[in-house]
Amino acid sequence: MADNKIRVVVAKPGLDGHDRGAKVIARAFRDSGMEVIYTGLRQTPEQIVETAIQEDADAIGLSILSGAHEHYFSAIVELLKQKNASDIVVFGGGVIPESDIPHLLEIGAGAIFGPGTPTTECIEWLEKTVSRKRG
Amino acid sequence: MSGAKQSEELTAGREKYKAAVAKSLERSPERRAAFTTGGGIPVERLYTPDDVAGLDYMNDLGFPGEYPYTRGVQPTMYRGRFWTMRQYAGFATAEASNERYRYLLSQGTTGLSVAFDLPTQIGYDSDHRMAQGEVGKVGVAIDSLADMEILFGGIPLDKVTTSMTINAPAGVLLAMYIAVGEKNGIKPEQLGGTIQNDILKEYIARGTYIFPPKPSMRLITDIFEFCSQNVPKWNTISISGYHIREAGSTAIQEVAFTLADGIAYVEAAIAKGQDPNVFGKRLSFFFNAHNDFLEEVAKFRAARKVWGRIMKERFGVTDKSAQMLRFHTQTAGSTLTAQQPEINVVRVAVQTMAAVMGGTQSLHTNSLDEALALPTDASVRVALRTQQVVAYESGITNIVDPFAGSYAVESLTKTIEEGAWEYIRKIDDLGGMLAAIEKGYPQQNIQDASYEYQRQVESGDRVVVGVNKFQIEEDDSSRQLLRVDPSVGDNQAKKLSKMKESRDNVRVKETLEEIRKTAQRTDNLMPRILDAVHSYATEGEICGVLRDVFGEYKENVVL
Repeated sequence: MADNKIRVVVAKPGLDGHDRGAKVIARAFRDSGMEVIYTGLRQTPEQIVETAIQEDADAIGLSILSGAHEHYFSAIVELLKQKNASDIVVFGGGVIPESDIPHLLEIGAGAIFGPGTPTTECIEWLEKTVSRKRG
Repeated sequence: MSGAKQSEELTAGREKYKAAVAKSLERSPERRAAFTTGGGIPVERLYTPDDVAGLDYMNDLGFPGEYPYTRGVQPTMYRGRFWTMRQYAGFATAEASNERYRYLLSQGTTGLSVAFDLPTQIGYDSDHRMAQGEVGKVGVAIDSLADMEILFGGIPLDKVTTSMTINAPAGVLLAMYIAVGEKNGIKPEQLGGTIQNDILKEYIARGTYIFPPKPSMRLITDIFEFCSQNVPKWNTISISGYHIREAGSTAIQEVAFTLADGIAYVEAAIAKGQDPNVFGKRLSFFFNAHNDFLEEVAKFRAARKVWGRIMKERFGVTDKSAQMLRFHTQTAGSTLTAQQPEINVVRVAVQTMAAVMGGTQSLHTNSLDEALALPTDASVRVALRTQQVVAYESGITNIVDPFAGSYAVESLTKTIEEGAWEYIRKIDDLGGMLAAIEKGYPQQNIQDASYEYQRQVESGDRVVVGVNKFQIEEDDSSRQLLRVDPSVGDNQAKKLSKMKESRDNVRVKETLEEIRKTAQRTDNLMPRILDAVHSYATEGEICGVLRDVFGEYKENVVL
């Protein structure tokens, strides 16, 4: 049933223009049967959170290759809290050093997928996470 | 031996070989049913004189430094001097980046290449809301001439050439560079270097656009004209396939879309009444050196040949140096793996060989840790040494275009050339590159190729060493990585507000007003931008005025 489809926002926060990864993962999610909303470039945290709430999304996937991951993850997690939308899972990938990952998970990221991660691994994780969340 | 006898023997030899292959295949099949290049071009088992039978040496290859430049743009190539070893660098503050440049120069780089942070590339000052979290991250933060003076402190601008990866605000950064020169007694005509200034590939693949296409093209042709008259040694544009390839295109698409962008720029400048024999000499190009060695060598050769033909036949250019495609190369960042990063050194070495065999004019080699973070001093040194080993030790630099006449490389060169022409014709049919971008044509093609590549990697059909084969358990958490201090943003904003207090703000306002008025007319913006820069107007202020007049580009999202 269409209603049961996982709804995921794939977003490019900030000024980073590297959208190859975002577009590949967006297509992979779509091909696996999810409903994908791809934001395009230059999104502020406010715009991303707004989109996720309006689209009734289960999750937000952030793609960041500019080194600004700390800033955007914490801003988006914080905004979701403020809007009582913390049930929306935030995850991401990009050029993110392994040593930064524990802190991102600590502040509320569900998972961080590094370069070279197969799309199937992201899909599996998201399916499992959303089904657990929905109970 | 007569030609007839030779061909008879060749036929007999071919038949014999075919039989031997059939027998061998019976015993054991080949590794795969069909072989292709990295860019998806089908390749044969063997190439023979048959494959180059149609080749006309003078028409298809010619001599180095002569039309159609397939064999290179100089008669002696690297026997004269090596390519410029130019490492793209910049991070955090002007002070930190200046230190990195001096280090690179002390280690034998022969040109500078400035990486700006994203706010600078998109025309925001460091204190802008959109700059939050991004200041100094992927490059150096430059807000005004004051930062630029620090960035080039102690570097002789009359002796070093500088490449700046800056597009939408290219005129502003070029003006700052000219101003720094002037303050040090160096005249604009003595300055050598390149600005990227290639907005079309920003729409297609790289994403740091500001203004809509029409005013963007005007800014570009203003720069062409201004530099023709005032900064004659400056490369006014670096028409870039690098980012198109990084976004996932094939080799043929890289050549085709880049040269189609080039056609759009030449047409725009001609429409402004400029002479392609003059501005054509300062057009430069920028390509990617990817993994498939022979395909890449062929790609560079094909690109030179196609561009030579475009300039000569399509635009009637007679000046030889305006027909030549001169290019910078960067090894392919997207081929670097976060897994077992040491092996990236080997990938970069292979890609370096391809760039050199392809006749590049300058080269950036990526560092082994770039799938993880910005490179450290130590990893940048290895990258530079890779170029130096190829230059001084490999011997491939002693013969001009050594692959010419290779049945395989000449065939691949021909295939890439023909493939590129096909796309160029298609783009012409769509109404040129601007119209094609609006329709999402190059974007869609690149995305399809990129998704196909990812599928091949995931199915194991395409092997990436260390990623989908030969993996090991690694703990990378202790690796030394370059980190940009998070306080850089705040400090840069403080520095900026202090600078604004000390400058002549009345003068700043006047110069910005002049930019506004000129933007509303059609005369050249560059002299006005130069005045504003001299008065320490910031990049964000200048781009802000232009945003007011020109508006902003909205991405055509293609998925």
